[in-house]
Amino acid sequence: MSKLVIALLAAVFGLSACGDKEAVVVYKQGSYSGKTDGKPWENAAFAGDKAKWEGSIRARGQAQNESKRVGD
Amino acid sequence: MARMKFLCDSERCIECNGCVTACKNENEVPWGVNRRRVVTLGDGLPGEKSVSVACMHCSDAPCMAVCPVDCFYHTDEGVVLHDKDMCIGCGYCFYACPFGAPQYPQTGAFGQRGKMDKCTFCAGGPEADHSEEEFKKYGRNRLAEGKLPLCAEMCSTKALLGGDGDVVADIFRDRALKRGKGGEMWGWGSAYGKPEQKPDAKKPEVKS
Repeated sequence: MSKLVIALLAAVFGLSACGDKEAVVVYKQGSYSGKTDGKPWENAAFAGDKAKWEGSIRARGQAQNESKRVGD
Repeated sequence: MARMKFLCDSERCIECNGCVTACKNENEVPWGVNRRRVVTLGDGLPGEKSVSVACMHCSDAPCMAVCPVDCFYHTDEGVVLHDKDMCIGCGYCFYACPFGAPQYPQTGAFGQRGKMDKCTFCAGGPEADHSEEEFKKYGRNRLAEGKLPLCAEMCSTKALLGGDGDVVADIFRDRALKRGKGGEMWGWGSAYGKPEQKPDAKKPEVKS
């Protein structure tokens, strides 16, 4: 009897580590089903102002153009 | 909407590896992983060419096509990102990628692979912007700060350009038209050339 209890306890505790945490909410073959990613302008810095974000990216892009920075 | 792209001007790249260092530092990339690297052809020979390579954020990305768990996604800005919580570290994307962009941290003995890591165009990943989880898994989210990837922004010779594909293409086209060919391409004439002589300039008298 005690052997049976020990075996049952061993099975319960031994297999308790075999659980797998669900990483995917809904899995659909052929399409991304992971976590959603927010827009880069939806944060405290831009407060959802897409035009402001695009202006910042455009300005940064032009800063790479040395012709515009130092003249011809 | 911007379509984010990288462009490396091999006529300008001096193989300083500043882009590699910037990337590693900015994103605190783990040991053994290089999201960006500089490849040199004909190293040490006259006419050697270097090019800085990372994920090119393909429009029709092969990594995305072969991933068995579909952990990749395109952002609206055209950046290819992936969810590390879904990645199983199989390495299919590494075989599919023509640029060798996907990297794997060694997480244990016997070459055991961790979850895939690659260039994010400094756009972080699918976690809350500027959160600790995002930084730990994917690195900085510079796009959410209105900035471009640091590798391109700090390139000393501006060989590596990053940003909206149209803007980057315009900068490069303008540059290629202005620099011409031959020695002028890399500034020999500007640095060491003689000032232009007018045809009617009086020659100095030479005493015999």
